[in-house]
Amino acid sequence: MFLQQLINGLTLGAVYALLALGYTMVYGILELINFAHGEIYMIGAYLAVILTALLSARGLTQVSLFFSLALVLLICMLYCGAYGITLERLAYRPLRSAHRLSPLISAIGMSIFLQNFVMLTQGSSDRVFPQLFPRKTLRIGSAGLSLLQLVILSLSLVLMILLHLFIRKTRLGRAMRATAQDRVMASLCGIPIDGIIAATFFIGSALAAAAGFMVAIYYGLVNFSIGYVAGIKAFTAAVLGGIGNIPGAMMGGLLLGLIESLGSAYISSEYKDGFAFLILILVLIVRPNGLFGEKTADRA
Amino acid sequence: MLRSGISLAIWITVLVLPFTGLRGATGIGAVLFAASLLLVFLRRCWRAFLPLQVRFLNKKELPGLWLTKIPWQTISLVGMLLLPLGATNYVLDVLTLVGLYALLALGLNITVGLTGLLDLGYAAFYAVGAYVYAILSTRAGLPFWLGLPVGGLGAGVVGMVLGLVTLRLRGDYLAVVTLGFIQIVHLILNNWDRVTNGPNGILNIGRPTLVLPSGTWTLRDPIHFYYLIWLLALLAFFAVRRLERSWIGRAWIAIREDELAAEVIGIDTTRMKVLAFTLGASIAGVAGVFFAGRFAFVSPESFTFLESVFVLSIVVLGGMGSPSGVVLASVVLVLLPELFRGFSDYRMLVFGGVLVLITIFRPQGLRGRNLF
Repeated sequence: MFLQQLINGLTLGAVYALLALGYTMVYGILELINFAHGEIYMIGAYLAVILTALLSARGLTQVSLFFSLALVLLICMLYCGAYGITLERLAYRPLRSAHRLSPLISAIGMSIFLQNFVMLTQGSSDRVFPQLFPRKTLRIGSAGLSLLQLVILSLSLVLMILLHLFIRKTRLGRAMRATAQDRVMASLCGIPIDGIIAATFFIGSALAAAAGFMVAIYYGLVNFSIGYVAGIKAFTAAVLGGIGNIPGAMMGGLLLGLIESLGSAYISSEYKDGFAFLILILVLIVRPNGLFGEKTADRA
Repeated sequence: MLRSGISLAIWITVLVLPFTGLRGATGIGAVLFAASLLLVFLRRCWRAFLPLQVRFLNKKELPGLWLTKIPWQTISLVGMLLLPLGATNYVLDVLTLVGLYALLALGLNITVGLTGLLDLGYAAFYAVGAYVYAILSTRAGLPFWLGLPVGGLGAGVVGMVLGLVTLRLRGDYLAVVTLGFIQIVHLILNNWDRVTNGPNGILNIGRPTLVLPSGTWTLRDPIHFYYLIWLLALLAFFAVRRLERSWIGRAWIAIREDELAAEVIGIDTTRMKVLAFTLGASIAGVAGVFFAGRFAFVSPESFTFLESVFVLSIVVLGGMGSPSGVVLASVVLVLLPELFRGFSDYRMLVFGGVLVLITIFRPQGLRGRNLF
C-alpha cells in the first residue's frame, strides 16, 4: 500500500516538476508569474490527443508505437515552444517596463483567452486518448509499477537531466543564468536579452508540453480546464522549492506529488487538493524563501 | 508595420491549425491580415492629419480642457439616482452587479492598490461574509441589517489572522499563500457538509426587511437592491478616499513604494499591513452579506479563485489605488461580458483578449496617474 502510493506520488510529482520548471525559469529571469503556463500544458495535452488520433487513423501507430509516440512528443514540444514564444512576444514583452502587476493581469487574460479558444474549437467535453499501451505491470512486492508509470518516470528524469546539463554546460545556458542574475549587467556584456527570454519561454513551454503529453497518456482523458489546477499546483511546487531555483523546482514537484498521494491515501481523499497548499503555507511560515531558496537581501 | 502584420497573421495561422482545422485557420489568418491592413490605413490617415493637429495644439488653450471643468462627480451621482426610473429589470440587475464588484474592488484596492500586497485569495473573505450571514440567518434568524456588520467583522477577523500569519512573506510568496488560502476555503465549503451543506449550497437565506409603521416590508425588486448596493459602494468609496488622504493612507502608500524606507522613517509596517488586510477583508465580508441577501442562495461555485482574479483585474485596470478609477473599471469589466451576451460562447474569449489589450495599451490603468 505504502509503496504503491509512493510510486503513484512520484509519477504525479514528475509531471508537477516538469511544469514547475517552466514557472521557475520564467520567474528567475522576469520575476513574472506566468499564469498562462498551465494553459500551455493543456494545449500540449490536446495536441498529443489530436496528433495521435491523426497518426492512428493513418495506421502508423500499428507500424511502430514507439516511433509514432516519439514523433507526437517531439511535435508537441516544438509546437508548445512556439506557443510560449508567441505568448511572451504578444502579451509580456510590451509590458516589460510597466508596473509589476500589469504583466500578471495580461497573463491572466491570456490564460482565459487560451482556455476559451480550446473550448470553442475542441468542445467542452473530455477528449479521449486512444488506449495504445499494453497493460503490463511490474510487480514490486505488493505494489505494481505499470509500464506507463515507468515511461513517465524515466522520460521526465531524462528531460530533467538534459535541462540541467543544458543550463550548466552550454553557452546559451550560461547566458540564461547570467540574465537571471542581473539582466542589465548581462545585456552590457553583450547577451541578447530578448533572445534569452524567448529561449526561456521556449524551453519552459516545451517541458510543459511533455508534461501534458504524459498526462494525456496516463489518464487517457483531456479537458480544456485541466491547465488551471495543474498550473497552480505546479506554481506551488516551484515556490515550495524556492522560486527561481531549478533543482528546487524539481524537488518541489516530486515532494508535492508525494504529499498529495500519501495525504489522500492516509488522511482524507476529499481534501486531497488542500494538502499541497497547507504544507506550502506551513513551509513558508518557517522558511519564507522556500525549502531550497537562497536568502535574498532587501533592495536598498 | 504591414510586413510584421502579415508575418503575424501567417504565424498565428500555423499555430491554430491543429485546433481549428485548415478552414478555420485560414479564416483566422484572413481576419488578422485584414485587421493589420486596417491598422496601417488608420495610421496613414493619422499621419496625414498631423499638421492639422499641430495647428490645433498651438492655440492658447488646450483642446478638451473644458472637459475637465465639468463636475463629473455630481453628474454621475444624479444620473445614478435618476437612472432606475426608466431602466428595465435586466439593466438594474447588471448595474447592481457593477455596484457589487465596485464595492469588492474598493476593498481589494486597499490591500493591493494602496499597500501593494498582492492578494490572490480575496474571494475567500467574500465567501466568509456570505456564509457567516447565510448560516446565521437560516439557523438563528439573524436579520440582514445585523448581518452586514457581523459578516464584515467575521471576514475582518479571518483577514487579520491571515495577515498576521503571512507577514514575513514578500511579494509573490504572499500571492501564492493567498492563492492556497482560497483553494482551502473552497475545499472546506465543498466538503464540510454539516455546516455549509457542501456543493448544494444554502437556500432560503433571509432577505433584508424594513420595519415601517404600515408593517414590515421586504426588499425583493431589482430596484431596491440597486439602491442598497450603490449606497454601500458609495459609503466605501468615500471612506477609502478619506483614508487614503489620512496618515494611514500615506503610510500604506509609503509601504507600497518602498517598505524598507517606510520602516526606517518610523512607520509600524507590521501594524499597517495587518490593518490593510483586515479592512480590505471586512469590505469583502460586507459585499458577501449583500450577495447572500440579494440572491437568498450561496454555493461554493460563487467564490472561486477566478472571482479573486476578476476583482484583481478591476483594481489593476482602475489604476492601482485610485478609487474613482476602480469604479470606472468595474463598470467596464462587468459591462463587457454583458455586451457580448449575444455571442455568449465567445464572451469569455473576448474578455480575455480585451484584458490583455487594455493592459498593453494602458498599463497605468484607466485612470491611473503616471508616477513619473
